Amino acid sequence: MGDWMTVTDPESKTISQYTSETKMSPSSLYSQQVLCSSIPLSKNVHSFFSAFCTEDNIEQSISYLDQELTTFGFPSLYEESKGKETKRELNIVAVLNCMNELLVLQRKNLLAQENVETQNLKLGSDMDHLQSCYSKLKEQLETSRREMIGLQERDRQLQCKNRNLHQLLKNEKDEVQKLQNIIASRATQYNHDMKRKEREYNKLKERLHQLVMNKKDKKIAMDILNYVGRADGKRGSWRTGKTEARNEDEMYKILLNDYEYRQKQILMENAELKKVLQQMKKEMISLLSPQKKKPRERVDDSTGTVISDVEEDAGELSRESMWDLSCETVREQLTNSIRKQWRILKSHVEKLDNQVSKVHLEGFNDEDVISRQDHEQETEKLELEIQQCKEMIKTQQQLLQQLATAYDDDTTSLLRDCYLLEEKERLKEEWSLFKEQKKNFERERRSFTEAAIRLGLERKAFEEERASWLKQQFLNMTTFDHQNSENVKLFSAFSGSSDWDNLIVHSRQPQKKPHSVSNGSPVCMSKLTKSLPASPSTSDFCQTRSCISEHSSINVLNITAEEIKPNQVGGECTNQKWSVASRPGSQEGCYSGCSLSYTNSHVEKDDLP
Amino acid sequence: MNFSEVFKLSSLLCKFSPDGKYLASCVQYRLVVRDVNTLQILQLYTCLDQIQHIEWSADSLFILCAMYKRGLVQVWSLEQPEWHCKIDEGSAGLVASCWSPDGRHILNTTEFHLRITVWSLCTKSVSYIKYPKACLQGITFTRDGRYMALAERRDCKDYVSIFVCSDWQLLRHFDTDTQDLTGIEWAPNGCVLAVWDTCLEYKILLYSLDGRLLSTYSAYEWSLGIKSVAWSPSSQFLAVGSYDGKVRILNHVTWKMITEFGHPAAINDPKIVVYKEAEKSPQLGLGCLSFPPPRAGAGPLPSSESKYNIPNAVWVWDIQKLRLFAVLEQLSPVRAFQWDPQQPRLAICTGGSRLYLWSPAGCMSVQVPGEGDFAVLSLCWHLSGDSMALLSKDHFCLCFLETEAVVGTACRQLGGHT
Repeated sequence: MGDWMTVTDPESKTISQYTSETKMSPSSLYSQQVLCSSIPLSKNVHSFFSAFCTEDNIEQSISYLDQELTTFGFPSLYEESKGKETKRELNIVAVLNCMNELLVLQRKNLLAQENVETQNLKLGSDMDHLQSCYSKLKEQLETSRREMIGLQERDRQLQCKNRNLHQLLKNEKDEVQKLQNIIASRATQYNHDMKRKEREYNKLKERLHQLVMNKKDKKIAMDILNYVGRADGKRGSWRTGKTEARNEDEMYKILLNDYEYRQKQILMENAELKKVLQQMKKEMISLLSPQKKKPRERVDDSTGTVISDVEEDAGELSRESMWDLSCETVREQLTNSIRKQWRILKSHVEKLDNQVSKVHLEGFNDEDVISRQDHEQETEKLELEIQQCKEMIKTQQQLLQQLATAYDDDTTSLLRDCYLLEEKERLKEEWSLFKEQKKNFERERRSFTEAAIRLGLERKAFEEERASWLKQQFLNMTTFDHQNSENVKLFSAFSGSSDWDNLIVHSRQPQKKPHSVSNGSPVCMSKLTKSLPASPSTSDFCQTRSCISEHSSINVLNITAEEIKPNQVGGECTNQKWSVASRPGSQEGCYSGCSLSYTNSHVEKDDLP
Repeated sequence: MNFSEVFKLSSLLCKFSPDGKYLASCVQYRLVVRDVNTLQILQLYTCLDQIQHIEWSADSLFILCAMYKRGLVQVWSLEQPEWHCKIDEGSAGLVASCWSPDGRHILNTTEFHLRITVWSLCTKSVSYIKYPKACLQGITFTRDGRYMALAERRDCKDYVSIFVCSDWQLLRHFDTDTQDLTGIEWAPNGCVLAVWDTCLEYKILLYSLDGRLLSTYSAYEWSLGIKSVAWSPSSQFLAVGSYDGKVRILNHVTWKMITEFGHPAAINDPKIVVYKEAEKSPQLGLGCLSFPPPRAGAGPLPSSESKYNIPNAVWVWDIQKLRLFAVLEQLSPVRAFQWDPQQPRLAICTGGSRLYLWSPAGCMSVQVPGEGDFAVLSLCWHLSGDSMALLSKDHFCLCFLETEAVVGTACRQLGGHT
């Protein structure tokens, strides 16, 4: 309690005020208190309360407080009196409880107050902001209003102008109309006047005409020495209906000719154009057909029909009589087919476009993404390789240049080695080829030698046989043809040489003889040579030989005449054949063949004159 | 290029005979006929008065000399110098005289276009054609000489009469839908007749030989219209020059316009060669190149080229390519120009002492030699295209072109500006 007193504040103006009011009714006091509670400062409250209770009025204040508190729902400050008359005691506990609760309340209130204050601040700032906004907007509103007014003014002015212009236009139009009317009226008037004038003029003319012409003007005359003949030498004809008709005819003839000429020209032009169209069509077909073949393999229905169309058209094309067809049919055919072709071409181009776009699209498909990756990898690899190759080439070039500039022995030898190596390889290859060939030749040669040996053996047998036969013959016929005997000698020479090449030489030598000698045996020999390659068996040869020698004296002359020519041919034939035969043989054979032919030609030369 | 000596001449009357053998020229009342090659005087005829008009007959046998003042026409024969013929139109007067294509009739137009008198040299017969229209080009003969078209005016309406020249029989007579017909012209093939209206209205009508209207063409309205009309030698094109400074080419199939040639003030196309005549001092009076109504007519030529000119310039168009080909700007107004009958070569004179020749290869000008100034006012080509007559007020001379190499110093190549 003593505290309360001490806490009296020096700032006592209000206090004194309050103190003076202490005698006021509790209700008024309460109101004061309420007022005070609104005052944020608790100090004031303190001071207020300190002023409230003095030493003199403790009892009163307590009772007052009790009253107040009870009205506010606090428990009474006084103890429960046992007796009614007894003075009630102040319950300290209750007082303290009350005070605590009051303090709690006070704290709560303070908190609430703080909140409210902050809110208030916030609201105040908001308010400010809004006010500024408001003012700004107001300004804007003002300016826009002003603008609007300006625009309205302008609009009004423009409208005014427009109206004026409209008016002017209307006026002008009216003017134009008026002027046009005037022009028209003037024109009509002019025309009218003109007509009138012209009529007058015509009248005057007529008058003049009458005056001048009808009056027998002696001056109007032609003074001519003598009349000349017509340019065409004909005499003038009388005017009759006939001439009139003839004139008409001629006129129409001229017109017709002109039209015909023009028609011809047009026809020619048409033909040219048709030709161009045909050409175009052909080219289109040729352009399209190879491209269409592929789709056909895929058994595409639509393209299949198209192809058939194309073929049909191609068939039509072949008919040259198309030109003779009437214009309409040709035109129809041509234009239709061209249109068709054009459509095909268009669709084809579109297809190509689609394909291109598809390819582009397919790039985004999963499958192709992989392939694309592969592709890219591949290309990268290839690029790398290319790079490497390029580098290599570069180094090589550098090396080469070095070589060229400074003849470095090492590099040259290296390079030469390089080249040599290459050469060597190539030679080796060739070598192996040669070897193989050689082997083949060898084999063939062996077979040939075998055959020759066989032949030699057979010949020997034959020679023996012949010798015996000749002997017999000799014994039988004492007189023998000298030539034949020579021939025999020649053949006997054969018998001695079993060599294959020798045989060739000898068999061919007589072959040329038919040119100079019309003699049976050489012909026979040629015949023999002819038959020899065809049937190389020696037995046959022997037989023919024997046969010929039998008939030689009789047949010779007959044959020669006929066979000279064929012989030449045959000779060539044999030549060929022999060369063929000699090829598989050894090289020596070849050479001999060559030399043989050479000698032959030599012989021929000699024989020619 | 060689020039003959200068001969006397009056009224610019100098004409080559149609067969190209003779040259007729007038000096006052004398008619002189010379040999073209030697220039020797072959005949000399004396007329009754100053000659105002001469014309060769188509067969080169007769020459007609008209003396309009006296209403007289005198005809001379080349074969028989003593032969003479005098036609007197008397009080009716005479304003025009021309040969019929057969060379045996003379058509005289009386004063006021009262009538046309057809005088025959073969018989005594005289025919009259009434109501001929007084217009620029009222008579036209077909190229084969078979028909004559005549513009007529009766009862304030235009008519066209087609006559057969052999016996002067009227073949067709039809009215034309024109306000005031100004000219008629046969196509070279003789099957189409072009008829054009007065310059107040742009209207051209095409009639067939039998009088059917084939087509009508009008480029615009309410403005001055056609100025000149020319057929191409192939009858394929009809060039129509008009007061709007344009030449329109019509085709012979649809009679619609194929193309339109303007006369632009500035030519930007580098392909077009512009020849400018320049004196040594290059101060060109370009400002005076006025654009007043183009004078003279368009004339498509053997080479399919059309020409047109404005006072100082000659425009040459290529008809095959349908584009402007060259422009020749002269210092002074062009007086006359004529195409070489044989090749695409154009001769131009401007009233000065120079002759200008243009061909696709280039352009050149030649000073006409002689004492004093020989002001070339007109020119006419010889049939063969290797010589031409240059006419001045009082003289004429012949210019031979066959020796192109001997051009001499007088010839000066003009600079081509592109």
